Amino acid sequence: MIDVAVVAFTQRQEAAISGESEVEFMVPLMEQAKASVGLTQSDMGFTCSGSSDFLAGQAFSFVMTIDGTGPVPPISESHVEQDGAWALYEAWVKIQCGGIDTAFVYGYGKSSPGSVRDVLATQMDPYYVCPLWPDSYAIEALAARLMLEGGHVSESRLAEIAARSRASAASNPHAVRTDPKSVAEILAEDYVIDPLRPSDLPAEADGGCAVVLATGDRARELCERPAWIRGMDHRGDAHTLGVRDLTSSASARLAAHHAGVAGDKIDLAELYGPFTTSEHLLIEALGLDEDSTAVNPSGGALAAHTMMASGLIRIGEAASRIWRGDGDRAVAHATSGPCLQQNMVCVLEGD
Amino acid sequence: MSADRPEARDPLAAPAALSAPVTLPEALAGAEPVESVCTPIRMAYTYTPGRALSRYLRAMADKRILGERCGATGQVFVPPRGVSPLAGAATSEVVELADTGYVESFNITRVPIERRPDLKPPYCSAWIVLDGASVGFLGLVINLAPEEVRIGMRVRAVWKPDEELETSAANILGWEPTGEPDEVITDYERIGRIEASDP
Amino acid sequence: MASERTAVIGVGQTKYAAARRDVSMAGLLREAAYRALEMANKTWSDIDAVIIGKAPDFFEGVMMPEVYLAEALGAVGKPIMRVHTAGSVGGSTGCVAASMVQSRVHRCVLTIGWEKQSESNAMWALSLPQPFATSVNAGAGGYFSPIIRRYMMMTDAPELIGCMVAHKDRRQALLNPYAHLHQHDLTFEQVVDSPMLWDPIRYSETCPSSDGACAIVLVDEAGGDRHPGPVAWVHGTAMRSESNSYGGRNMVSPAASEQCADDVFAQAGIVDRRAEIDAVEMYVPFSWYEPMWLESLGFAAVGEGWRMVESGATELDGGDLPVNCSGGVLSSNPIGASGMIRFAEAALQVMGAAGEHQVDGARRAVGHAYGGGAQYFAMWIVGSDKP
Repeated sequence: MIDVAVVAFTQRQEAAISGESEVEFMVPLMEQAKASVGLTQSDMGFTCSGSSDFLAGQAFSFVMTIDGTGPVPPISESHVEQDGAWALYEAWVKIQCGGIDTAFVYGYGKSSPGSVRDVLATQMDPYYVCPLWPDSYAIEALAARLMLEGGHVSESRLAEIAARSRASAASNPHAVRTDPKSVAEILAEDYVIDPLRPSDLPAEADGGCAVVLATGDRARELCERPAWIRGMDHRGDAHTLGVRDLTSSASARLAAHHAGVAGDKIDLAELYGPFTTSEHLLIEALGLDEDSTAVNPSGGALAAHTMMASGLIRIGEAASRIWRGDGDRAVAHATSGPCLQQNMVCVLEGD
Repeated sequence: MSADRPEARDPLAAPAALSAPVTLPEALAGAEPVESVCTPIRMAYTYTPGRALSRYLRAMADKRILGERCGATGQVFVPPRGVSPLAGAATSEVVELADTGYVESFNITRVPIERRPDLKPPYCSAWIVLDGASVGFLGLVINLAPEEVRIGMRVRAVWKPDEELETSAANILGWEPTGEPDEVITDYERIGRIEASDP
Repeated sequence: MASERTAVIGVGQTKYAAARRDVSMAGLLREAAYRALEMANKTWSDIDAVIIGKAPDFFEGVMMPEVYLAEALGAVGKPIMRVHTAGSVGGSTGCVAASMVQSRVHRCVLTIGWEKQSESNAMWALSLPQPFATSVNAGAGGYFSPIIRRYMMMTDAPELIGCMVAHKDRRQALLNPYAHLHQHDLTFEQVVDSPMLWDPIRYSETCPSSDGACAIVLVDEAGGDRHPGPVAWVHGTAMRSESNSYGGRNMVSPAASEQCADDVFAQAGIVDRRAEIDAVEMYVPFSWYEPMWLESLGFAAVGEGWRMVESGATELDGGDLPVNCSGGVLSSNPIGASGMIRFAEAALQVMGAAGEHQVDGARRAVGHAYGGGAQYFAMWIVGSDKP
């Protein structure tokens, strides 16, 4: 395998970015990410992005955004209709084919124009499930009830996860849910979708992020302490909710195994758990020890959930902490689909 | 025909794995299969045009056409999107363009389209290069027979009556000939290219 | 370290039709997937990863359908990815799938492109009303007809070249059992006399709207060597994208198209493109794009593409560079699959498995796709010999 590192990362997340189009708010992020390592678009061996037409409410929405990269002269480029983390995966694979030493990746989404929890109902089986219009919060509540009533998790444990996210988010300028709350205060919240409370839900946001990847010596030139991708894998579970165990995440466990999470101590983990329940399952599936691993030091998706970017932001957040020396070995995780259906795990290390 | 071609098989035969018969319960034996179900999808979105397009649409209400200039190359884009694809950077300057230009190329639509029942075929849609702009943008050529439209023809905007103006690109009803001499396009090597105007 | 040599060992297609009401979306994909697996002599358990591609989700009304399709595509416990690069997506998906093997990340990959436009309303999907946009166009034809007009003016091409292309592709489609349009008695005069839709584009010069899926199985070098049946080796893949609006842009032969071609031919070590390539499956949704792409891809000098068409050089029957022997996009257009069909048909040609539309002795073939405002390009070159 060719050594690949994350060497640049920019992000923006706000509760609603209403005055700017997607390309207008992405251009500065793209420019800053490249400029932070002294590169321009023409230096990039490959470019890949992730976004969703259903979120934008417009077909071919990504065509409007490619101009932000500066694709004149033409660029070697691709797009996935998935979270930007999968765009990064595609770029990482492209680098493994040889012949290029840099790649540029971005992901973005605006949830504010529509009702994201309802839009996500259209991800469900179009013949049997979507016609019932189960929104994404209601579907997670089904899993949450199974977890609670089966004794897999307690409400106070979920409240602890929510409280930790809020406390961590206080120091994250990109978080949108930052007001601290104690476990007792969270447990006193009324259910919004029983058994989930407001603090159990993702803090929906608009925004995006941009990442630069570089190989070996090139990465060392561009970055004092590159965040090396030591392992990366993604796996999916069945879609049909009734045929899989919603109280654990088999695919996250499998992806963690293939990414090599268990190889050594993990200093920090950035997990894309849209709900407190999902964060709990992920900690279990990845085998993390919360005493020795800082879980979601950014606050995670509970503090700012930007659809189509949150997974790539986890990778960027984890990499930034390695650059800063906050840790030597980190795990970043991305998810897609209802109830953690698909999971990507990326192990990052400093030299 | 090559000799080593593999054994021909019926290309339309169902794959073996999909051709196993499905056994229905007795009660369903005579039931008519459901071929399709209709699931209406209704989702409400609040679209925002963004900064550049907002400025453009507001100016439209005053019968003004705004473009935006790329700071690096001087190219002027209309309608503006707030970004220069040449620089991968925000556009740096708003410029007001004339409401005259020339036909860069055109299409004659001879079928009605659902979304514009007001448009009676045949009609001509064209890329209009506004004076001072670097790229063509789409408009209708009106007030002459579509067959008479030419590449290079000089045109000017036909605006809605003042009392009907809105913050909408629909304020321009179309483009009509000015009667000026055509833009001379002689360089056939580069006729596919739209030349950038001087910054 | 050079990338892993990669081989196509299976291709599967569905019958293309205006509406495949006999199958669900999953059923449509499985039909193509099983045919590809049968040809590859593989089962689902042999597949390491699934890479799918299609055009906008609004075409079927299902958001990110890789989520719903997990079980149907045997992807439980496996990686699945979804590519979307506008009309070129079927080609791009093929390139991404190949990269999974070339990179040595996976050894055996299944890739599928599809569209089931009959499940939704394509006009709705493409025209979600935005209060600030105005629409003077009528779909893709209205967008591309001015570009075709410029090509005609630039090259002094005779008016009926497009009709020749359309008539050729529709005749060649009769040799392809999967093609959507089988117009047995279509005469050249009927093509010429068909109604003008987006002048200069006639009805018979446009592509249909189809349901359908196309699947390809790709394996590493050892897998290709072991395979008892025919193999198509990947000699090169390339993707290029550019903005669709900037001053100085060549709309007729976009820079991204030329650079994509330069890249892929260089990878395959091809110098004389016309002489060294035996068959081309290019993305021609409107007939005039055949001469335009012949020039842009370097098979003909500028202004000579239409002369190649006129001379019959692109005919399966007797041409030296047969183009779209399968009938092409003009005869079948399940949008998200259309690019992959081009890639798959190129592979079938060098495998000697193209049936009635086989080019005798084809050893190297090109698959090509484009999309957006002629701004997204994907190509591959496959050969019967190992690169």
